[in-house]
Amino acid sequence: MNHTYSRRVFHSGLLLTGVLLSACVTINIYFPAAAAEQAADKIIGEVWQLQKGEGGKDKAAPAPSTTPTQSQPQPQK
Amino acid sequence: MRNLFSRLILLAVFSGMTFAAYAAADIEVNTPAIASLKQSMQQRHGQLAAHYGSGAVGLTRDGLIAMHDANAVPLAARQAVNSLIAAENQDRLALYREIARANGHPEWEAEIRSTFGQRWIELAQRGWPVQSAGGGWTKK
Repeated sequence: MNHTYSRRVFHSGLLLTGVLLSACVTINIYFPAAAAEQAADKIIGEVWQLQKGEGGKDKAAPAPSTTPTQSQPQPQK
Repeated sequence: MRNLFSRLILLAVFSGMTFAAYAAADIEVNTPAIASLKQSMQQRHGQLAAHYGSGAVGLTRDGLIAMHDANAVPLAARQAVNSLIAAENQDRLALYREIARANGHPEWEAEIRSTFGQRWIELAQRGWPVQSAGGGWTKK
């Protein structure tokens, strides 16, 4: 009685381990869609020079302009 | 005996989870080939952006770009825009191929291309022509 029980547990444990291992292999072979999406967003952001913002609207803020201080000759001497 | 097996199973579950997380962690995009493609596309975008905005050029579902409304481009400039489109598509195809290769899975190229196809459209500015799932054109 106890013997058959532990055999059953052993077999189901073996089966489960097998399923899990094959699941791991499957995950490794299948295309990582979420990671690919992230990689795509990163590349597109660089190519299109998108700024990281939370706005859903088109915030077409131009490139940060340099400070408008003009290099004027200092009348120091 | 029973305790031992349940521990074993627990261990298998955890190691499986760790491995799964590791396997799906990242996509490699930092290679010299990808960097130079990105740079070339970034430079070209300076010229293409106006044509997306005017509705002349649109983003296709399959990760490329195409002439959408040729009438939005003066006749004299049309050939130049066609050349821009051809060069951009060449870079895009090379980019998808390079990403697949950099990750050791050349067979992922089609899936990478289709992922990009969705993301270009998703991140496009408002007003740009984009191809819908059915193949027709809409404005973003």
